[in-house]
Amino acid sequence: MSDAGLFRDELVAAGLLVLTGTDGIYGRSSVYEDIVAAVDGLAVGAALAEGAVSYRFPPVMPRQVFEQTGYLSSFPDLMGSVSTFTGNNADHRKLMDVAQAGGDWTALLQAAGANLCPAACHPLYPTLAGTLPEGGRRFDVAGWCYRHEPSVDPARMQAFRMHELVYVGDAAGATEHRDRWLQLGVDVLASLGLEVQTVVANDPFFGRVGRILADNQRAETLKFEIVTPISSAEHPTAIGSSNCHLDHFGEPFGIETADGGVAHSCCFGFGLDRITLALLRTHGMDPGDWPAAARDRLWA
Amino acid sequence: MDETIRTILAEHGHLPVEVAKIGDEDDLYQAGMTSHASVNVMLALEDEFDVEFPEVMLRKSTFESVAAIRVALGELTGS
Repeated sequence: MSDAGLFRDELVAAGLLVLTGTDGIYGRSSVYEDIVAAVDGLAVGAALAEGAVSYRFPPVMPRQVFEQTGYLSSFPDLMGSVSTFTGNNADHRKLMDVAQAGGDWTALLQAAGANLCPAACHPLYPTLAGTLPEGGRRFDVAGWCYRHEPSVDPARMQAFRMHELVYVGDAAGATEHRDRWLQLGVDVLASLGLEVQTVVANDPFFGRVGRILADNQRAETLKFEIVTPISSAEHPTAIGSSNCHLDHFGEPFGIETADGGVAHSCCFGFGLDRITLALLRTHGMDPGDWPAAARDRLWA
Repeated sequence: MDETIRTILAEHGHLPVEVAKIGDEDDLYQAGMTSHASVNVMLALEDEFDVEFPEVMLRKSTFESVAAIRVALGELTGS
């Protein structure tokens, strides 16, 4: 079995994760959730310290907003689109017949007008249409995200939580936010006893077109990740990332800076589930046995 | 070939300056071509010249200037 599979077995044996029958979709124990909540608390504290406004959005977003984010063109293979049944009684009988025969009943559904959130910050941008104050604005958003990438690696979940610190304003402010939060993120994670490194990264853009987008993103060093070993020592996992979007969200959502330019944006994200897994991997399966420094930082 | 490349850049490059004012070796990204615009330029070049850029060419540098695009197309079309 792979290292990732063995680590998942360990988490399940310790009662921290509960298998559901689908890779990447797990139940969590209260011990696991206490760790997530404590890490989330550190993120909230750091965000409020610099005057960020907090919002929490549900894990689904309007389809129109999803379309405007450009996700369909960049990551079609990762999306989750919500479907429902809108037929009549005869259609319902057909639906049940197909389902009972083991057929693909989902082909008889219609789009519900909603998509699963692929990133915690995406529902924020349409709320910011208009002109920003001088100096831009900062936000603290967190929530459940969905990406369709089933894997036995517990660090690659289909449903997971992300906590993001977002800046919307001018280009210089976005770069400043990216660099400062990357360092703040490293400081927070290192204070928990995690061995982290910062690397230049790219998003997993889809297809041939995606190769150019990924190459551009790396060449312009728009995205950095904070990585640490979780399921593999050779291939460390990103547990945080800092990403300059340029005007990717400012343009479609009509967000302008105080001087009338198209707004740039940047987000720093803490991967709450991955940080939790990294702590369990590094310090052991029982938080009661973790080093005092890490425990104090999380729960003192 | 250069004229066709420039026509495609004008239609798909979303450049804030006139394509005619851009030199052969000028950096198109510096001139304001975005990442997403460069993708549209790539797709239009493939349609127009009936070629497919191989993976090794799917890089930022392939589309960074009129001259770079000409060299890449030259390799693919053998001209």
